[in-house]
Amino acid sequence: MELFGLFNYWAFNVVLMTGFYAVIAKGNLIKKLIGLSILQSAVFLLYITMDKVDGGTAPIIQKGMTDQVFSNPLPQVLILTAIVVGISTTALGLAIVIRIKEAYGTIEEHEVQNQDQDK
Amino acid sequence: MVVLFAVFLLTLLVFTAVAIVRTDNLFVAVMLTGIFSLLMAANFFVLDAADVALTEAAIGAGITTVLFLGALALTAEHEKSVSTVRWLSMGVVIVTTLILIYATFEKPRLGDPQAPVHQHVAPWYLEQTPELIDIPNVVTAILGSFRGYDTLGELNVILTACIGVLFILGGRRGKHLPSDGKVLPSTAHGLRRHLIPKVVGLLAIPFIVLFGLYIQFHGEYGPGGGFQAGAIVASGIILYALLEGEEKALQAVPRPVLMGMVIGGAILYGAVGIAGIVLGGNFLDYSVLADNPVKGQQLGILIIELGVGITVCGALLSIFHAFATRESV
Repeated sequence: MELFGLFNYWAFNVVLMTGFYAVIAKGNLIKKLIGLSILQSAVFLLYITMDKVDGGTAPIIQKGMTDQVFSNPLPQVLILTAIVVGISTTALGLAIVIRIKEAYGTIEEHEVQNQDQDK
Repeated sequence: MVVLFAVFLLTLLVFTAVAIVRTDNLFVAVMLTGIFSLLMAANFFVLDAADVALTEAAIGAGITTVLFLGALALTAEHEKSVSTVRWLSMGVVIVTTLILIYATFEKPRLGDPQAPVHQHVAPWYLEQTPELIDIPNVVTAILGSFRGYDTLGELNVILTACIGVLFILGGRRGKHLPSDGKVLPSTAHGLRRHLIPKVVGLLAIPFIVLFGLYIQFHGEYGPGGGFQAGAIVASGIILYALLEGEEKALQAVPRPVLMGMVIGGAILYGAVGIAGIVLGGNFLDYSVLADNPVKGQQLGILIIELGVGITVCGALLSIFHAFATRESV
């Protein structure tokens, strides 16, 4: 049971590196962005993993209850805003990919590089 | 029992991530990212982060998928490169994963109350929130008041990203919407031809928007707030655009209104900060907004959450329209 306490971190590691593999090994620009957003989600998971307290509950204080244990609200605040910022920056990346497609007719990295070298 | 459920969800998450990276079909990959986000939201909920789960479900599973699909419609649906495994990259990834897993053995176990992260400033927030701000949801209290600067900064990042997308894709110089009632090709064979999604979707839209407003104004008492509400209202209007076509959605919420929302929300947030200075406090010090400091804090949080909601909703809708009205080459 002791090792179950680390399972979240392992899942985070594997998901993080899966996303990273897509970023460095795939040639398709949209696939790279999908990989980047997986990598980002993995970091969110790491932060939220750290907020858990045994026997705790979501940090919403109920009047008249004094013996409640709350999970840590701070990582939640950081990640809540990061998710919304993440979608905005992903959209910016997608917009650039669309312009690359319009300029080069392709979104494959090596084809774009070949066209640049031919010029 | 909860532990087993969490392990099950995390295992599914890992499999989904691997499947997303392995598939050549980008459409399948985007659909799987929707599932990935939903699993992620469930995980967040198991880990007591109700606010974050709500955000991830609204944004990750909803709007991200729609934006990626919009980008796919303008680019390509399949990866061209033959999916050979790049062994060097694979080696780097495997070695790094092993190193990271080795590093986790030093980490505090999940749920350990003695973990360093729980010793620093968080207990102070939990202790002082009832006294200083007196709203039940501590997450909203930190987001709006204790760390108000952060949130203002994040809001400006969203504003900047939205401006960037509109510059790159040219909000106006994109495809001009046909005024003669001609139907756009991209929407002609969309959801509109199917009766059941149309009827059910149109029935659902008012409730989605109403739920968004509830999340907006109930954020102090339960999970929710401006970020989630903005995303939920935006997803309701995006659903309307998918069902009835771009032009109808732009009639309902025209571009100038969207621009006004994006900028107005951020200005509203900044104005609350300036009002604090004018009334004799510090920037973003809400205590001076009312006679009673606690009431002032509550008022300030209510207004800045409104600003956040308006900007997020406007930005997501503007980005969606920029993608959807662009002509594919």
